[in-house]
Amino acid sequence: MWEQVSELLLLVLGSALVSNVVLSQFLGLCPFLGVSRKVETAAGMGTAVIFVITLASGVAGAVYRFILVPLGIEYLQTIVFILVIAALVQFVEMFLKRYMKGLYEALGVYLPLITTNCAVLGVALTNVQKEYGIFTGIVNGFATALGFTVAIIILAGIREKMEHNDIPEVLQGMPIVLLTAGLMAIAFCGFSGLL
Amino acid sequence: MNKKESAGERLLNGIIVENPTFVLTLGMCPTLAVTTSAVNGLGMGLTTMAVLALSNLIISLLRNIIPDKVRIPAFIVIIASFVTIMQLLLEGFLPSLYESLGIYIPLIVVNCIILGRAEAYASKRPALLSLFDGIGMGLGFSLALTCIGAVRELLGAGEIFGVRIMPQSFVPISIFVMAPGAFFVLAALTAGMNAVKKAGEKRGRDMSRIRTGCDLDCSHCGQSAGCTKPEKEG
Repeated sequence: MWEQVSELLLLVLGSALVSNVVLSQFLGLCPFLGVSRKVETAAGMGTAVIFVITLASGVAGAVYRFILVPLGIEYLQTIVFILVIAALVQFVEMFLKRYMKGLYEALGVYLPLITTNCAVLGVALTNVQKEYGIFTGIVNGFATALGFTVAIIILAGIREKMEHNDIPEVLQGMPIVLLTAGLMAIAFCGFSGLL
Repeated sequence: MNKKESAGERLLNGIIVENPTFVLTLGMCPTLAVTTSAVNGLGMGLTTMAVLALSNLIISLLRNIIPDKVRIPAFIVIIASFVTIMQLLLEGFLPSLYESLGIYIPLIVVNCIILGRAEAYASKRPALLSLFDGIGMGLGFSLALTCIGAVRELLGAGEIFGVRIMPQSFVPISIFVMAPGAFFVLAALTAGMNAVKKAGEKRGRDMSRIRTGCDLDCSHCGQSAGCTKPEKEG
């Protein structure tokens, strides 16, 4: 029992901090750079990503285990996963709109943006590649998304402060954000001593 | 597009005029992730090119059959099929490249360039032009990835394509082949594009074609057509 719990904890630390999804695997860079101007929107995006990735890794894991493997068509995983994820996001959006108005108003705008987030597909594929079970896959998905949220909120915080700074003309806009992300990536390299 | 379009013009357009990486800043995830060496960059670029050219061809041939409402899912299925084919081919014939590119091969599916070209070009033009548009864009992407990979490999390991370039006394700056280096190289690249754009504007030329990444979010990629309401930030 304890061994399993500590194994899962190690997995969470590893996926969230050590091999951070944006800063060391470069998945989900578009929303990371595009929606990080304000802490508030960054937090909203992060919450939506946690929600969708956790759900998607569960559903994709189940589809793989109970449909693709019995039929012997594992090689179709890329096609099936992308369709499952797109359908899932649509479905979640409709469900929230109908039954959970408050949550929909908080997350609604971010949901369509997430369909095309490569982190969602990336996590589903990683779970299969590393042969995680469905539960471990969900934990891995949650931890990965948590890492994304931590990174995007930190970046948004730095960008808010940076707005009042005197930045050289050529570096204004994306270059300075990329430099910041690079420095954050160096900081996150420090976590590799944790495991 | 009022210029005359031909196969040759399409090739040139993809490689130089509308280079997907340097001019349009599309498909940044794979650009950063796989460019740890020139070989990896070239491999990724050529794989993407094959998918792009073939999916452009098929989408163009089917453009009158696919109903407008379901075109995005249809495009995605076509693209995903070609990605799966390429993945199996690489696994069979180039296992070492398959190993080093890893998860980024299936992720070609979500590369903005491919769906963007399908939506913006192939779904409206004849097959041959679309094929050459795909090849041109793919070559432009390969060129960009190879260049970025070469710079990172040169600074991070002192080699290009595995051949030692720097003198023995050169100490490799290994951060450039690690994750942070990718951000720094891309930052330098976008800064360079900013400078070119500013210089052009000073001389009164229209430089709006060059996107310097302020809109690096997905809102300009073809996939956002499926997004109902891209976020507007104040």
